[in-house]
Amino acid sequence: MIEAYQLTKRYGEKTAVDRLDFTVRPGAVTGFLGPNGAGKSTTMRLIIGLDAPTGGTVTVGGRRYARHAAPLQEVGALLEARAVHPGRTAYAHLMAQAHTHGIPRRRVEEVIELTGLGSVARKRVGAFSLGMGQRLGIAAALLGDPATVILDEPVNGLDPEGVLWIRNLLTDLAAEGRTVFVSSHLMSEISQVADHLIIVGRGRLLADTTVHDLVRQAGGDSVKVASADPGRLREVLAGPGVEITGRAGSEELQVTGLSARTIGIRAAEAGIALFELTPQTVSLEQAFMDITSDAVEYHGSTTLGRRAAGEADATEKSGSAA
Amino acid sequence: MSTVTQAPAPDESPVRSERPVYKVTSWRVLRSEWSKFWSLRSTWITLGLALLFVLAFGLIAAARYASQSEAGRPVEGHFAGATAVSLALFGISFGQLALGVLGVLVTAGEYSTGTIRSTLAAVPRRLPVLWSKAAVLALVALAVGGVGAFVSYKAGSHFLSGTPVALSLSSDGVVRSLLGGGVYLALVGVIGIALGAVLRSVAGGVAVLVAVLLLIPGLVALLPSDWEQDLGPYLPSNAGESMYGLSQSSDALSPGAGLAVLLCWTLLALAGAAYRLMRSDA
Repeated sequence: MIEAYQLTKRYGEKTAVDRLDFTVRPGAVTGFLGPNGAGKSTTMRLIIGLDAPTGGTVTVGGRRYARHAAPLQEVGALLEARAVHPGRTAYAHLMAQAHTHGIPRRRVEEVIELTGLGSVARKRVGAFSLGMGQRLGIAAALLGDPATVILDEPVNGLDPEGVLWIRNLLTDLAAEGRTVFVSSHLMSEISQVADHLIIVGRGRLLADTTVHDLVRQAGGDSVKVASADPGRLREVLAGPGVEITGRAGSEELQVTGLSARTIGIRAAEAGIALFELTPQTVSLEQAFMDITSDAVEYHGSTTLGRRAAGEADATEKSGSAA
Repeated sequence: MSTVTQAPAPDESPVRSERPVYKVTSWRVLRSEWSKFWSLRSTWITLGLALLFVLAFGLIAAARYASQSEAGRPVEGHFAGATAVSLALFGISFGQLALGVLGVLVTAGEYSTGTIRSTLAAVPRRLPVLWSKAAVLALVALAVGGVGAFVSYKAGSHFLSGTPVALSLSSDGVVRSLLGGGVYLALVGVIGIALGAVLRSVAGGVAVLVAVLLLIPGLVALLPSDWEQDLGPYLPSNAGESMYGLSQSSDALSPGAGLAVLLCWTLLALAGAAYRLMRSDA
């Protein structure tokens, strides 16, 4: 459980994290999304106390990170940048981390095995590929068998097999009842594992939602139907939770709340010929862009004049395209 | 928690109930820093160099002195006023650079490589890390410096027996001086640790270390002589020299005072390092 309350971090003039309020709950994967420079990494550094907040608080398991007797058992973190001396072997690095908590050698060997580092554990980390480095970072994060796992852009630089491995790992960790908090700047990546989403932009909280709600909010999964008799089809399909839109004089309808299969069956029962029946999945990526660009527009009218205005133009274009 | 993928309850309890109890203690942090210290090649290289400097320079100095003395010429230059101890400790001024640099590497190296993030994630209270690093290096440098000084003295006496400077270990102040050499190297190492922690840059730390140990004494020598007499003895390197020198010149500090002054410098540097560590983001 991670709880942030009015969390703020300023570096001189720049506000990296701006009064963030959020809660990350156990038993689920929570995605932490935002464009580059949105303050995701800073927030994660604040959680584990590498940076001190300018204002507000963030706690893990009800306490500030530094107040835990065994921090590695409370939170395991993989941060964006490499945090290992290139001259040390993977094994020596993990062992040194383990010593601080009295974690036994057996557990070190366990995480090495778990992350598939067995063959390179005795090699110096400087020679590791990006993917191996990520695996070592994850091994270190899991070392203390932590109740909360924080991973900053974990799939960066991983091959497809590695990406799949991370995905399964995250799901498993959450299923074991742990709190899993994963950042990414790619919605496509996160939507495959995350249940809950915390979206930030320019250090501010833009949305605290679920993948399901986000889809619904963005227009949901609609189905495009073209038929000979759109008027009668509307009547046939109408019902609670079903929304139908269409232009007058057009054969096409947009239906949300019903699957393409149901629509087809009902139309057949009513004897209406369909010319087209196309499920239209809303792009989560698009929904994400809409949310984040809104924030940019908001900023544009208040503080960040010129730069935001340029991005607002881009938003209009993408808005009209959508 | 109402979430999309609800954790199956039977899975959760075993994970929780079997969890071992870990705890961070000062002793464990020390253990961790000890293992980190020895798991880098740079440690072995710099320690090897330090030992080599102390031994090789001490032996060469003794051999040179002996050959000059045997030739019946009056001993001059570097060796005027030499003692068996000063010859044995001739390499200290080089050894101190190796150990000081090692100190800088131990702390600043963590910042330049990012290791500090792992370190502070494991020990978020931070200060135990600094104390442990200082303790590990002080202990090792004391051992290397002490062993180096005694071996250098023992091997040197081989050349020096029969010359006017020959001394035995039981002579007044010999053991104190040789131990003082080891203590000096240990404290310089700790100052290196503190400089690395304050500056967080290997290059910066080494530069300041060299300035403190070599440049500033040279600079102070250029000051008006009464200033020099007031300031000079209190510089770290000069205070150290009075600690491990067998005979003191009239304006130098006593060995005890030298140790006290050098300890003050070391604690001051450590205090600065502690302040920076606690107050700045990692």
